[in-house]
Amino acid sequence: MTLLEVAGLKKSFTAPDGSVLRIIDVSAFTLEHKTQIGIRGRSGMGKTTFLHLLAGILKPDAGAVRIDGLEVSRLPEGERDRVRANKMGYIFQTFNLLPAFTALENVLLGMAFGPGADREHAEALLRRVGLGERLHYRPRQLSTGQQQRVAVARALANRPRLVLADEPTGNLDAAHAQEAIELIRETCRENAAALLLVSHDREALQRFDHVVEFDAINRDS
Amino acid sequence: MLLRIAGKSLRQYALSTSVTSLSIGLAGALLLSVWVIKDEARNTFAQINAGFDAVLGARSTKLQLVLNAVFHLEASPANIDLQDFQEIQRNPNVALAVPIAMGDNFRGFRVVGTMPEMFTQVEYAPRRKHRVHAPGRLFDPTLREAIVGSFAAQKLRLKRGDHFHPYHGVNFDEKHEHAEDYVVVGILEPSNTPADKVIWIPLEGLQKMSGHAARTQTDVSAVLIKLRSPLAGRTLDTQYNREGNRLTFAWPIGATISELLSKVGWFEEVLGAVAALVGLVAAGSVMTSIYNSMNERRRQIAIFRALGARRSTVFTTILLEALSIAVLGVIVAFALYAAIVSAASAIIRAHTGVVIDPWTWHNVMAWGPIGLIALGAAAGILPAVKAYGVDVAENLTP
Repeated sequence: MTLLEVAGLKKSFTAPDGSVLRIIDVSAFTLEHKTQIGIRGRSGMGKTTFLHLLAGILKPDAGAVRIDGLEVSRLPEGERDRVRANKMGYIFQTFNLLPAFTALENVLLGMAFGPGADREHAEALLRRVGLGERLHYRPRQLSTGQQQRVAVARALANRPRLVLADEPTGNLDAAHAQEAIELIRETCRENAAALLLVSHDREALQRFDHVVEFDAINRDS
Repeated sequence: MLLRIAGKSLRQYALSTSVTSLSIGLAGALLLSVWVIKDEARNTFAQINAGFDAVLGARSTKLQLVLNAVFHLEASPANIDLQDFQEIQRNPNVALAVPIAMGDNFRGFRVVGTMPEMFTQVEYAPRRKHRVHAPGRLFDPTLREAIVGSFAAQKLRLKRGDHFHPYHGVNFDEKHEHAEDYVVVGILEPSNTPADKVIWIPLEGLQKMSGHAARTQTDVSAVLIKLRSPLAGRTLDTQYNREGNRLTFAWPIGATISELLSKVGWFEEVLGAVAALVGLVAAGSVMTSIYNSMNERRRQIAIFRALGARRSTVFTTILLEALSIAVLGVIVAFALYAAIVSAASAIIRAHTGVVIDPWTWHNVMAWGPIGLIALGAAAGILPAVKAYGVDVAENLTP
């Protein structure tokens, strides 16, 4: 059953010299419920823009993004925010944790804009990613790998149907990168969330059953 | 959660939060102090008449006469003859006439000669007469005895049985000590009136103090008068002030003081304007500090948005932050206000004996803080609009 469906998606930006740069031109892309796909591509190819379009952070110039049959790309911004808060989790390359908030508060914050804070669930997620003893640590008191785990827990906080991970191992060494990928995959599986993970790192994606090259789906790469 | 986010931001920018809260607090304290002290002073001073309706004294302004005879401030204009006192005492319009004589002090506190009727027959406030602390008693008008106002006794550390020598003049000069030795026979209970800062002795004692001119030994400084009816005041006003030119009849006492307070009303307006200006500057500083921090916060706002926060949520968070700074400022304002009015009321009491109550409810205690909070919130609008417009995709990466 299809969770995510992309059709004729186009996005251009205006360069400083006034010329128009087409970054995204994806004619078709789908992701089934509870499945996991890795997208590989070199840096600067528009992978992050693609994820922003899927998440509703950016509005496409043309085409459609449907999640669970709902055409998110046609919704007004406030509705897209709501879909993102309730149906999606996002893991950033730089984790994007809030430095003034503890690990637990960062996860609770992820819930606050969606269905509402559920402290028990937040604590369970942090325990699941191995941070049961670090609930009240601030990001600067955690290692890079631990910060990544907080970001994973936050992405799963609202029991999303879809988790988008943008270069989640970009800031980790090779050993920790594999560990992080496995954690993301396992926790998504446990939470019945589909996973779309983009990375430039071939090794990071080696355990994915389905890996697609970004330039194969994006004609403007 | 929004409150928690606002609280985190306040802690994150603790220094600017403290400074801006303090500036709002300062504005609020100034506003409250000016307003309450002004109103309390007006109410309290206009009500104080020492239990009398009018003052008769030598030709001068009514204000000078009232300040001198009732508030024990200012110099005495001149004395009046014993016959003038006796004449007004016999006047059928007058219920009670009590003479006072001034011109001496004890270490800066005025020594005033009067008659026991001042304490036995006069109600300085409804159903309240001056009372001497037990086991003290009133002075014997034929002896060198004194009763001391509560504030003067406290400051001079005088107690029953103590002896003292008055000094000549209303200002203390140790070279002008009188030879007469007075004994304290009683301390007055606090009345929160100017009587609290006076040392009271028998009228004749002051009149005949060594060094006072022999020819004026029956003169009095002023006569405090209780009238039989308000109409009597009008009659005597005409008699002394319009038809006569030798004496001044200050009536009614409250109106005379109100006139004084009206004359200094411009000063209150200036202070009020200063408070309003400080309030505006404080609101400006709230706006500037939050607005300037917006550049650092773009990424944080982008993260909120990426997590699903709406633009309106981000807007509200920033507004809440400004509101919280204003609320903190109001708390600071009340703390500073307490300090300012305590000091101000102590100064007013030391100079006039009058105690003003700064904790009486005044409407400014509601609209002042509400106005400041509204001003603070308004100051948050511009930064909130800036936060509202933050582009998520552009600001998600460091």
